[in-house]
Amino acid sequence: MPFALRMHRGTGRVVTGPADSEGQWAARIAAIATTRDQAAFAEVFRHFAPRVKAFLMKSGADAALAEECTQDVMATLWHKAHLYDPSRAAVSTWIFTVARNRKIDLLRRYARPEPEDLPWGPVDAPDQADALAMQQETTKLAEAIRSLPEKQRLLIERAYFGDLTHSEIAAETGLPLGTIKSRIRLALERLRHAMM
Amino acid sequence: MNNIRHTVPDDLLMGYAAGALPQPFDLVVATHVSLSDDARARLAGFEAVGGAVLEEMEGAALADDSFDRTLARIAGKAPEPYRAPSRGIFPTPLQRVVGGDEGAVKWKSIGMGARQALLCSEGEATARLIFIPAGQAMPQHSHRGMELTLVLKGAFRDDGGLYARGDLEVANEEVDHTPTAEPGEDCICLIATDGRLKFTRLLPRIAQPFFGI
Repeated sequence: MPFALRMHRGTGRVVTGPADSEGQWAARIAAIATTRDQAAFAEVFRHFAPRVKAFLMKSGADAALAEECTQDVMATLWHKAHLYDPSRAAVSTWIFTVARNRKIDLLRRYARPEPEDLPWGPVDAPDQADALAMQQETTKLAEAIRSLPEKQRLLIERAYFGDLTHSEIAAETGLPLGTIKSRIRLALERLRHAMM
Repeated sequence: MNNIRHTVPDDLLMGYAAGALPQPFDLVVATHVSLSDDARARLAGFEAVGGAVLEEMEGAALADDSFDRTLARIAGKAPEPYRAPSRGIFPTPLQRVVGGDEGAVKWKSIGMGARQALLCSEGEATARLIFIPAGQAMPQHSHRGMELTLVLKGAFRDDGGLYARGDLEVANEEVDHTPTAEPGEDCICLIATDGRLKFTRLLPRIAQPFFGI
């Protein structure tokens, strides 16, 4: 049984940790996936929809298009909730990728090529320790971004809003990405191993 | 899957994560990531940065009926199905652009048994498939800007070493290279360039405008 689901089941609501912690978001996505939980979806919407809209506007969409696109992104989250794997990405990461892909579909008018899914499909039981580690790494990463010198932080933001061309992007972010990468790598290996 | 020796550099992965690459480069990166766990993990790291940037944003005001309209969009639509990876030679993102696997490619001969098929372009950037018969050299060429070459079938060798399925070669305009297909198996590569290829020998240079390489 998925980690997040176990936390959720029986109570109908999230039980531990601050309301906006990574673990809580994962639990809400699991609730949407398993019980079509509208209250959980409302929480996700309240927190992420204004951010998605702001992201789209910073990326060059006008307010009307950003609103339209935000609703579309949020509806997509509902329909894709069962494909979300907490051992490989934080909820904010997952939502970012959905928003980014829709942004390219709409602003640049082509269907974005996405990597194919992993061969085993969505697993029934994402490794609990992996999911937890991923949440902790994501929290650390957010803290690291907050503590960057402002100039560098703005540069990273501009890259992700699409203000920089690919030749202007320097991958040297000064962020501790090594650990998050090894975590994901580990989770992938574990999954592959379990499925063979 | 895990024997990739030549992989994608970080700046391209971050460009993909940020959505800053032209479509032909997006296609090559997505196809390469489909074949390499290491690239997938590194990409996920850069996407986590995007998630953190999103999380830190000050939200924009939503329309009053935003939530209700979102629920209306949801109503009646089935959950998105899991899409199993392709069983063919081409990973899914490439199959979507080609419209199928190897057999669906609309090849055009570029001489000496070599073939190419233009897949997509955006601005100066183009993506194409190249077929080189076993043991043969790709016509010698250089190019403006960056060139990405991803091996899908067979293998080729050039100054950078041996490149087999899943390997990605990144070449800049200084490289005047002559990839040669390894003997034994025909070689199919997905190539993205952000400037026109220039063939350096006389004959292919004359032929270039006709083939649009």
